[in-house]
Amino acid sequence: MSYTFLQNYWWFLIALLGGLLVALMFVQGANLHLGNRTLSDLQKRMILNSTGRKWELTFTTLVTFGGAFFASFPLFYSTSFGGAYWVWVLLLITFVFQAVSYEFQNKKENLIGVKGFRIALMVNGVLAPFLVGTAVGTFFTGSDFTVNKLAIADPSAPVISTWGNGWHGLDALGQYPAVLLGAALIFLTGILGDLYILNNIDDDEIHAQMRRSVKLSIGPFLLFFLCWTAILLCSKGYAVDAQGVVFLEPFKYLHNFLQMPAVLVLFLVGVVLVLWGIYQGAFTKSRSGIWPAGIGTVLVVMAVFFIAGYNGTAYYPSYTDLQSSLTIRNSSSSQFTLQVMFWVSLLIPFVLAYIVYAWRQMDKKKITPDEISDTPHKY
Amino acid sequence: MDVILWSRIQFAMTAAYHWLFVPLTLGLAFVMAIMETLYVVRKDEFWKKTAQFWMKLFAINFAVGIATGLILEFEFGTNWSNYSWFVGDLFGAPLAIEGILAFFMEATFFAVMFFGWGKVSQRFHLASTWLTGIGATISAYWILVANGWMQNPVGTTFNPDTVRSEMASAQAFWEVATNPVAVSKFFHAVTSGWVTGGIFVVGVSAWYLLKNRHSEFAKKSILIGAIVGLVGSGAVMLSGDASGVHAAEFQPMKLAAAEGLQDGGNGAAFTIVPGIKIPKMLSILATHDPDGFVPGINDILNGYTDDEGNVVPSVADKMTMGRTALDALAIYRSAEDPGVKAEALRILNENVQYMGYGHLEKPEDVVPPVGVVFWSFRLMIGLGMLIALVLLLSLIAVWKDKLGTWKWLLVAAIVCIPLAYVTEQVGWIVAEVGRQPWTIQGLLPVNVAISSLSAGAVKTTFFLFLAIFTLFLAIEIRIMVGAIKKGPETIKE
Repeated sequence: MSYTFLQNYWWFLIALLGGLLVALMFVQGANLHLGNRTLSDLQKRMILNSTGRKWELTFTTLVTFGGAFFASFPLFYSTSFGGAYWVWVLLLITFVFQAVSYEFQNKKENLIGVKGFRIALMVNGVLAPFLVGTAVGTFFTGSDFTVNKLAIADPSAPVISTWGNGWHGLDALGQYPAVLLGAALIFLTGILGDLYILNNIDDDEIHAQMRRSVKLSIGPFLLFFLCWTAILLCSKGYAVDAQGVVFLEPFKYLHNFLQMPAVLVLFLVGVVLVLWGIYQGAFTKSRSGIWPAGIGTVLVVMAVFFIAGYNGTAYYPSYTDLQSSLTIRNSSSSQFTLQVMFWVSLLIPFVLAYIVYAWRQMDKKKITPDEISDTPHKY
Repeated sequence: MDVILWSRIQFAMTAAYHWLFVPLTLGLAFVMAIMETLYVVRKDEFWKKTAQFWMKLFAINFAVGIATGLILEFEFGTNWSNYSWFVGDLFGAPLAIEGILAFFMEATFFAVMFFGWGKVSQRFHLASTWLTGIGATISAYWILVANGWMQNPVGTTFNPDTVRSEMASAQAFWEVATNPVAVSKFFHAVTSGWVTGGIFVVGVSAWYLLKNRHSEFAKKSILIGAIVGLVGSGAVMLSGDASGVHAAEFQPMKLAAAEGLQDGGNGAAFTIVPGIKIPKMLSILATHDPDGFVPGINDILNGYTDDEGNVVPSVADKMTMGRTALDALAIYRSAEDPGVKAEALRILNENVQYMGYGHLEKPEDVVPPVGVVFWSFRLMIGLGMLIALVLLLSLIAVWKDKLGTWKWLLVAAIVCIPLAYVTEQVGWIVAEVGRQPWTIQGLLPVNVAISSLSAGAVKTTFFLFLAIFTLFLAIEIRIMVGAIKKGPETIKE
């Protein structure tokens, strides 16, 4: 296996994990209904118990996404996490509250009350997709950092990756295309959450609420997503030549789509699937919209990662110093590590298989009001 | 305080909180699994209810462990940016494998274990309970492979072109995965979790006996808890012995600090507490030879020759060679003349094994805080032995049916619950503070491993995380105590 193949392969896996992470954020989207005043407390508990059985998959995917990025592209891990400090810290804090909110919220000794933990889950529901979207948005807008590997030989200032401003990642909020993607993800994960609840809970009133919610989210989602896509296709991109020199190329991401037609097809198929799922949820009696919408989300996110990193593109560009930009060539692990990790990655289908098997067993029975009163362990 | 110290404090605090929750997860998982196995094999509803009670406590504890673990993983990037690049090639892989192999297993089967009663078959449910514990254990293995590598960085070579340590060959990964330090650490840490889980079950059950509640449940739980805890204690002692030998071989300064050994030599004595020594014991523990040579702090600072005739240079000499390596690296990276580059590479390769020392300011920097490591080591051993004794006596009391009369033992078992947590914490203090000033032993000191952040930023996140984790801990304790007070009420005795 060549080094180039392995680097491309690992970028593919990062894209896949990124896609799965965004799709699994239906958990975050569904939890937004914990603040829905038209739902009864029992209905909210049904939602809570429904997402409460899946949140760990989202959480684990986030952890694995981080671990895989660390293992395959450590320079990204060190540059982005150490540089865009506040964005990642904020994101982690919202997930940390999510992790305990399920188990703690309905216990009377929980100190901050049911409401406190429900607010935490809703904050996670908004901030997690927004921050992930904004962070991915900077793959195209660039960030303010420099990388100087020789710094490590200088005991007085040894850090190789330095952020250019004191905002440490919050500066991304000033880049409206990145913010647009973040906003689009809030509504997309909200829609996915609605579609998931529709599928997983047996309750007519909840179903009607979810279909209404999907309808309300279509407009803002399409607005933000289409605006971001239009800006992306028209903007200059961070291209890399054969010598590894980074330069700005007009319409770079449009070129990437056109020069990688398979990625364009992937993107379009993904968009159609998302729209099909939305249509099913909003305008038909079907309860299966989560499947096309979820799969479509994975495909779209993968396509976005592909145009960010493949075809001679710097996936984590620096607008301060173009040559500090990260590419899948200059930021990856060594060939030996990627090779070992390649063999490990062959276990992923096995992992997916047992997850699917376990959840098919578990989801045979949908969540009902009786389930909430009868289950020995519930949230 | 500067950013290095704040980064260290933040990471130490996160790790300490994380390890408040993990040992109980590791230990209780197997207690529950054994109980559910008894339910399936004997078809006795009593064991199902008993397992379900301990599962309830497991769930309360599990969530906070996950939360603190998430922060810990990402702090490698957020606060130890240089570290992430310098050793990410080796260190990232175990973390990724942990995610792929262990976390998904834990997450999937944890959900089946809690919500699968009546939804999946009895056997599938039992398998899920075991797999939750096995997943947690596999997770521990890979993170301890990563940690073991920080103590003994095997299978790596410095690449001046990428300016980082890289995997020396594809086969080197096997060396990393089976690093003797990692293996002994794995057994030591995981089985210490069995001890904590065991004493937790014994202590909580003892409280019921003192209150004359759920006596059948309590006695049978003590039996299982004491067996798991005692097996754990035995394994902790064996793996602890291996850890001592490994420390002597790979981290002699840590061992010297743990012993407060200023001047070493052959036939070194073991200090129980200052003034009370066992002759030759330290040599036996460190080398398995009563006359084996154990270097002291001054020997390491000034250089010494070991039993096999190997000359270990003084720290000052290592620093000189390290600085030569750093200068050569700078020339290699900036020179354009091939001859100059080749000469710089030659000098670099000659001195590269001490490059990390080039970042130190003075030789004494390699000495960790001796008092902290010395007393933590003694607390760990003393409390560990006390807990093992209480577990053994609990088992004897069950066997001789004396649990009702040996009230003092019941009180001791309850007291041992917090002591088990103290033991876990001081154990990690020995391992991690004893490694200072290195993040990676001999390769990368903490002052070079950090991110480019202000002390104020890290201080802010430190207090933020401290507040959050403390809140979670307080809630967990309250809920746990509430659940224990409520007790396994559904069991008909």
